[in-house]
Amino acid sequence: MRRGPVALGLAAVTILALPLVAPVYHVLLMLPFMAYAVILLGLNLLFGYTGLVSFGHALFMGIGAYTGAVLTTHLGVRSLELILLASAVLGALVAAPVGALCVRYVKIYFGMLTLAFGMLFYTFLLKFYRLTGGDEGIRVLRPSLLGFDLAAVSKTDYLAGAYYYYSVAVLVLAALLMWRIVHSPFGLCLRTVRDNPAKAEALGISIVRSRWYAFVISAVYAAVGGALLGPPIGNVDPTLAYWTHSGNIVFMTLLGGFASFFGPVLGAFVFIFLQDTVMSVVPYWRLIFGAILAFLVIFAPGGLMGLFAGRRPGEVSRA
Amino acid sequence: MFYGDFCALDGVSLAINVGEFVSIIGPNGAGKSTLINVLTGALRPSAGTVLFKERDISGIGPVRLARLGMARSFQLVQIFPDLTVLETLQAAVVSRLNRGSRLFGSLSRDREVQEGALAIADLFGLAEKAHTPSKHLPQGDKKLLDVASAFALYPEIILLDEPTSGVSTRDKHAIMEILVSASRQLGIKSIIQVEHDMDIVFGYSDRIIALHQGKVLADGTPDEIMADEGVVDTVVGRKALAPGGGA
Repeated sequence: MRRGPVALGLAAVTILALPLVAPVYHVLLMLPFMAYAVILLGLNLLFGYTGLVSFGHALFMGIGAYTGAVLTTHLGVRSLELILLASAVLGALVAAPVGALCVRYVKIYFGMLTLAFGMLFYTFLLKFYRLTGGDEGIRVLRPSLLGFDLAAVSKTDYLAGAYYYYSVAVLVLAALLMWRIVHSPFGLCLRTVRDNPAKAEALGISIVRSRWYAFVISAVYAAVGGALLGPPIGNVDPTLAYWTHSGNIVFMTLLGGFASFFGPVLGAFVFIFLQDTVMSVVPYWRLIFGAILAFLVIFAPGGLMGLFAGRRPGEVSRA
Repeated sequence: MFYGDFCALDGVSLAINVGEFVSIIGPNGAGKSTLINVLTGALRPSAGTVLFKERDISGIGPVRLARLGMARSFQLVQIFPDLTVLETLQAAVVSRLNRGSRLFGSLSRDREVQEGALAIADLFGLAEKAHTPSKHLPQGDKKLLDVASAFALYPEIILLDEPTSGVSTRDKHAIMEILVSASRQLGIKSIIQVEHDMDIVFGYSDRIIALHQGKVLADGTPDEIMADEGVVDTVVGRKALAPGGGA
């Protein structure tokens, strides 16, 4: 029997059953995991499938998170469906011009340019106090889910119940959609652009257009994931858009393995729970995470998925 | 065509006709690669134009050129290392059918793409290795895949930059036979190749253009070129034309 579908089935059952069997604390930790999983599915379209490493995706996570905050706090919009939709649209609107500039560059230049745009947005959030609340940020009021107000439910019941399953549904939808994208003719073109841009162009595949599409799609995913991050925290502030946050999601991708579709999702899961465990034991968790990152890059470039499969990244199936 | 002060091509004027198999020959530095790059729109000439189907294609770039019906393969083999043989050919077929922007269509259920890629794999004898990652192919097959993916675009004209370089002598003729027969079956109208192996040049060409120091030294049929002592001495080499010879 193939290991992939079995592991996926087990993971699905575990995630669905978790609120019934696990302590609330762990159920609540699953909320950022699911938000990051959505973000990483998008980031990996750019990283694993197109070969571009962005150090500025916190910009789009920030757009999503602040969209939720502004809509619920300032504009009285409580519907999470509308918040997710608005985040996706705003993410795409910002990513279109930013991506058009960034995708003309590759490697470190692409990374630095995305970082620069990310820092611009961070500064905007910090300085435009009246709109963004500056370093204090903005509260995120409890959104309604599928038209249900749920104001009477306690916060824990809301987050560990309805909001949890809502996040599961968003993650499943996002994964199905991304699965379609990477297995589409467009997905194949992205892989040609990643592997050999000159050859791709000789075959009539536009590398700039392909990279731009991938950039915008990944930004939409980051914005939707960012919007999901807001309600469990209850408050969004500029640290969400700080460059170290962009670094964290690149770390998660490397941790899980960028050569596999579900690798980054696994990376997000391990990162969240490992960070929680390490932080509860020692105060200098960054030191330990730095060592892990160094180990990964040197000894396990294929990430956890690469270790499980016993292969190096280039040999890991992207199918 | 200038690189700084150096004139790589000077007053080169030529027309490729429908149905021709043209070989461009010349010693190193004669301007062959520059000519290919000018013809494929990768370099814009300092003076003059390149016309394809009555349209100026100077410097238009590879993507638009491929769409117009001109394809190329490279001197140094160009493959997609992590893609299988079939995926490589599928990418070319996707591009030919202009389906590269289909974000949500299923590639595996696109029969036209699947069958188109398989047909090319069959034609080039790569069907048995269809699921092999390109980087694991032997050198000859890598070269063949590079050429096959260009053929999968069904171009009207194809430019092959040393299609048999880096391939053993035994495999060279096999590759050329496949190439000529595939071009007939796919209805490719003209082939231009840059080639050093005179065996291949004289064995397959309808017409040979000899370049020397950026200028056209001779342009004629293989018999005419062979009879031109100046060209034989400067470009072809007497040894290459001797029985059993070859560059």
